[in-house]
Amino acid sequence: MVLVFIDHSDEQIRKSSFEVLSYGAALAEKLGTSAAGLLLGTVSTDLTSLGNYGISVVYQVNDASLNQLDAQVQSHLVSEAAKKLNAAVIVFSHNQTGRAIAPRVAARLKAGLVAGAVALPDTSNGFVVRKNVFSGKAFADVSITSDIKVVSLNPNSFPVSTTQAVATVEKLQLEVPAAKVRVTSVNKVKGEVPLTEAEIVVSGGRGLKGPENWAIVEDLAHALHAATACSRPVADSHWRPHHEHVGQTGIQIAPNLYIAIGISGAIQHLAGVNRSKNIVVINKDPEAPFFKAADYGIVGDAFEVVPKLTEEIKKMRQ
Amino acid sequence: MKILVCISKTPDTTSKIAFKDNDSKFEETGVQWIINPYDEWYALVRAIELKEKDASVQLHLITVGLSDCDPIIRKALALGGEEAIRVNATSDDSYYIAAQIAEVAKQNNYDLVLTGKETIDYNASSVGGMLAELLDMPYVSLATQLEINGGIATITREIEGGEEVDEVQLPVVVSCQKGVAEQRIPNMRGIMAARTKPLKVIEPANIDTLTKVVTFELPPAKAGVKLVAADNVPELVRLLHEEAKVI
Repeated sequence: MVLVFIDHSDEQIRKSSFEVLSYGAALAEKLGTSAAGLLLGTVSTDLTSLGNYGISVVYQVNDASLNQLDAQVQSHLVSEAAKKLNAAVIVFSHNQTGRAIAPRVAARLKAGLVAGAVALPDTSNGFVVRKNVFSGKAFADVSITSDIKVVSLNPNSFPVSTTQAVATVEKLQLEVPAAKVRVTSVNKVKGEVPLTEAEIVVSGGRGLKGPENWAIVEDLAHALHAATACSRPVADSHWRPHHEHVGQTGIQIAPNLYIAIGISGAIQHLAGVNRSKNIVVINKDPEAPFFKAADYGIVGDAFEVVPKLTEEIKKMRQ
Repeated sequence: MKILVCISKTPDTTSKIAFKDNDSKFEETGVQWIINPYDEWYALVRAIELKEKDASVQLHLITVGLSDCDPIIRKALALGGEEAIRVNATSDDSYYIAAQIAEVAKQNNYDLVLTGKETIDYNASSVGGMLAELLDMPYVSLATQLEINGGIATITREIEGGEEVDEVQLPVVVSCQKGVAEQRIPNMRGIMAARTKPLKVIEPANIDTLTKVVTFELPPAKAGVKLVAADNVPELVRLLHEEAKVI
């Protein structure tokens, strides 16, 4: 059986969970077995609807204390569930939650882990999973040789597919150990698309000259229902908050479309965004290295080009 | 308080990435090796700051690697720390690495174990969590701030779309990223002192590897940028809509 960890927050199931459910279901089909979901905590969503993503059962440990993450507690529960259900493969998203739990589960079960998978495993000869390495500059095909296998899937790297099927929901009775980590405050940006989940990201760099000029970035992002991001110098100068910083030392993203405005494209920046499926670069310097990594580009003044682009997109979306 | 900082040797960010032996191995010729930036700039520097505040702190460094890691260990020691341990083995399996470190850590009762959030070569973000599990310690990942007071760690960590503040009693394993500390450059005194600091080389424990890299592959080269004239913005929108199908 393929067991898929369902991540959630604020009573909602995360978009990355739909990706891993679809991935787990496709993997189960490949292996000739079934896929099930595992949800620790409580959500307001009707869990039977998760059958739409190809799983037959959702196992739930219905305990609201699990809505806060303690990696030690959650990995204990995932491991116990995996043993009880005889899971052969456990799938996580390689998001913030998955990064905290998947390695612990792998070590606990002495299961090989491929962290940051980008495709379904090749099962023709063993169990070989493709992942990004060298910060997006290459792929590695990694063979897992242990009996139990753990895979964490990069966000935005596997398409969500749905059917009309429904899943049954089974409560899993597991003893929940006491958490050692106490969450004292949570500070989330409300009403914005989280950067790592965004399908479109609009990003600004030093070329925008100052934080007062960010309206053109925000307007374009708004028209595209996109998340906003920025380069390192912008975050370091406090023009924009640090959680918007994408790049080697910031957040790594892989949206379908990345629009870089006034960003030269230093190698450290590219390391954070080079997994984007399509890159558009708008820069007045035709020699900006970013053009070499781009799919589409406009050499021009951002203050003229970007408002026009926003206008055209609004027209198209009307 | 005893602190262990785990460091890893990685190719410099600007290194050309190429492979050899039928794409089964990383081509190391001409590569400049560095301490994995997350390990150095954030985990190690924060540990040094904690030691500067409290001279009773003991700070050890550990790496799993062959003798070609010694230059980066000396560089780390030049920044700070009393001694380094090198487990004389190499592997691309996170479990193998974590289990080797756990064998050493178990004998030394560390209160705080720090790693970088991931290495910039394998990008697995796994050794810290595995190590925490093997040591039966709590784990806080992706920290952006770390304070220790009276045996309690207060840690700000990245979550999707924001951050949260956690409190946890030591011992704990923490993976560190930007915000935890600022990059430092070793000074001449540090470099001189590092030459005589102990670097213990120990032979590896008998640990299974659970994964193995079969092949590497470079991504297909980009077809080249399609440039659109600055006065023809509708054409860009058309391309994104009809050709790339992303809007």
